Amino acid sequence: MTWLDINSTLPELIILATALLLLMLEVLSTPPRNSFIWVALAGMGLSLASVLGTPLSGNYYGNMIALSTFTRFIDVITIALVMCTFLFSAPYLRRTLEERGEYYALILFAAVGMMLMAKAHDLTMTFLGLELLSVPLYILAGFYRNRISSNEASIKYLLLGAFSTGFFLFGIALIYGSIGSTNYDIIQQAIVNGQELSRGLTLAGFALLLIGFAFKVALAPFHMYAPDVYQGAPTAITAFLSTGPKVAAFAALLKLVIVVFAVTTRHWWGVMWLLSVLTMTVGNVTALVQDNLKRMLAFSGVAHAGYLAIGILVGTSDGAFGLLFYLAIYSVTTLVAFGLVALVEREQEDGLEVSSYRGLAQKNPFIAAAFALALLSLAGFPPTAGFTAKFFVFNSAVEAGYIWLVIIAVINSLISVYYYLRPVVAMYMREPEDDRRVTLPPITVPALVLLVLVALGLGIMPFTLVQSGVSAAASLF
Amino acid sequence: MTTALFYLFAALLIGSALFVVLNRNPMYSVVALVFGFANLAGIYFLLEAYFIGALQVLVYAGAIMVLFLFVVMLLDVKPDKPRRGLVHLDRWWFAILVVLFLGLLLGIVPGAVRLITSVPAGHEADIGNVERVGQALFTSYLLPFEVAALLLTVALIGTVFLAKRKI
Repeated sequence: MTWLDINSTLPELIILATALLLLMLEVLSTPPRNSFIWVALAGMGLSLASVLGTPLSGNYYGNMIALSTFTRFIDVITIALVMCTFLFSAPYLRRTLEERGEYYALILFAAVGMMLMAKAHDLTMTFLGLELLSVPLYILAGFYRNRISSNEASIKYLLLGAFSTGFFLFGIALIYGSIGSTNYDIIQQAIVNGQELSRGLTLAGFALLLIGFAFKVALAPFHMYAPDVYQGAPTAITAFLSTGPKVAAFAALLKLVIVVFAVTTRHWWGVMWLLSVLTMTVGNVTALVQDNLKRMLAFSGVAHAGYLAIGILVGTSDGAFGLLFYLAIYSVTTLVAFGLVALVEREQEDGLEVSSYRGLAQKNPFIAAAFALALLSLAGFPPTAGFTAKFFVFNSAVEAGYIWLVIIAVINSLISVYYYLRPVVAMYMREPEDDRRVTLPPITVPALVLLVLVALGLGIMPFTLVQSGVSAAASLF
Repeated sequence: MTTALFYLFAALLIGSALFVVLNRNPMYSVVALVFGFANLAGIYFLLEAYFIGALQVLVYAGAIMVLFLFVVMLLDVKPDKPRRGLVHLDRWWFAILVVLFLGLLLGIVPGAVRLITSVPAGHEADIGNVERVGQALFTSYLLPFEVAALLLTVALIGTVFLAKRKI
C-alpha cells in the first residue's frame, strides 16, 4: 500500500471521518443537535471537492478497486443524493423526533458503500460495498422504533436482504470455484480464453449474482419487499432507499456486465429481457391502483428499474451512457419527489393519500410546482429530462435490435402517465379540503433548485451532462 | 484415506444440512447445524487449511452456535406443526423451486465433477497456516479487511441503537 492508494479512497475517508465525528458529537452531546446537519453537509462538500480535485484513474489496493471517469460520475451522483437526503431529513426529524447523530452517520456509511460498489474491481469488494450500503439502510428503515410500520419495514428488509445476500455470496463462490479468482480482469480473461472448469458453473454463478442485484434494485419478481419497506420507512429515508441502492447496484452491475460478462451475453440476454419487461409491467400496472403516495412512488421506482435494465441488456457504450444519464435523472427526481411527500406528510403517517394533495397549489404553490415537475419528469413528458433520458435508453435499445422491448417500454410509459397525473390534477384542479398550512422549510430550497436544474435544465439543454456521461460510459470499455 | 475421509465428511455435512432444513423442531435444527459446521471444519483440515479449520470450530461451531442455542432457548420456540394436503399453494411453489434448483444443479454438477477429477493432488503445503493468512489479509486483501471492519462497526451501532431501551 502506498500514499497513492490512500489518495484513491480520499473521498470515502473524508466521509468516514465525518461519520465518526458525528458519532462522537452525539455521545458528547455538548453542541446543539441541530448543528449535526451542517457537519454532515460540510463533510459531503469536502468529499465532493476531493472527488473533483483528484482525477485519478487506474487500479489501486492491489486491483481491488479501479477508478475511472465512470466511478467519478457515480461518486458525484452519490454525494448529490446524500446531500439532498440530509436537506429533507432535517425538517422531517425536527418535526417528528429529535435529531440524532447516528441518523446522519448511518447515511454517510451507506454512501461509502455506494461509492465502493461502483469502484469495486473484485467480487469481494462488490460484496462488501453492497453490504456496507445495505446494513445502514436496514437500521434506518426502522429508525422510528416506536412505530409498528417502521419496525415491520426494517425486519422485512433485513430478512429478505440477508436472503438475497446469500444468493449473491453463493454466486461468488461458484464463480471462484469455476475460475479460481474473484478479480474482474482474471475472470474476464478466463471466460474469453475458455479457461473455466465449466461454462455452466460460471453462468450459474452469474445468475445468482444477478438475483442479488435484482433484489437491491427491486426488479420483478424480486420487488415484493419494496412497497412495504418504502411505505413503512421514515419518508426521508424512503427517499434515499428508493434511489441510493438503485444507483449503486445498477452501476456495479453495469460494470460487471461490461467488464466481465459481455462475451456471454447470448446466454443471459433472454433472462434480462424477461426481467425488464416483467418489472416495468408489474410496476406500472400495480402503481395505477395505489392511493398512498409512498406506495405509488415505490411501484414507480420498480417500473423505472425495468427501464434501467434495458441499459444493462443493450451493453453497448450508447446503452451504458443511456443508463448513466437515466440513473442521474431518475435518482434526483425520485429523491426530491419523496422529499416533498415528507414535507406534506402530517403526524402519525397521515396525509399520504392522493386526496390530501387536493388544492396544494393554493396552499403552497412552490411545493406543488416542484412536485408536479418531478412527476412530469418521471412520466417522461417532453421538455423535462425524464423524456430525454428515456429517449437515450430506448434509442440505444433500438440500435441494438431490441425493437419489441422498446415497444413494450413505450406502452408502459403511456400507462404510467395516468398515475403520475393523478396527484397533479388533485393539486391544481381541486379545491383544498382543509385549511392546514404546508410550509416549505428554507433548508430544502437547494434541493428544489437541483431538481429544477436536473429535471428542466437537462431536459432543455441535455448536452451539459451528455459530455460527462459519454466519457464516463466510454471509460468502462 | 484422505479421499475416503472427504466423502465421509461431505456426506455427513449434506445430511446434517438437510436435517437442519427439514426438521420441524428448531432446537434439533441448531444442533444439526453445529454438527454440520464440525464436518465442514473436517474438510478444511483435509485441505491442510488448519487455521481456517480451527477458526471454523472456534467461531462458528463454538461462539456463534452457542448464541443461537441461547436465543432459541430464550424465545422458547415450539416445534412447527406439519401442514397437510397436496393442494396447498406452498407445495406448488416448493415443486417449482425444486425444479429450478435441479436445473441449477445440472449447470453446476458437470463442472464440479471436473473440478474433483482434474485438480492436481499437489498443492502449496503451507497454504493454511497463520502466517500466510495474515500476510494475505494485510497485503492483497487489505481494503476488504478494513471495509469488513467498517461493516461490523455499522452493525454494532445499529444493534445498540435499535435494541437499547433508552439512549
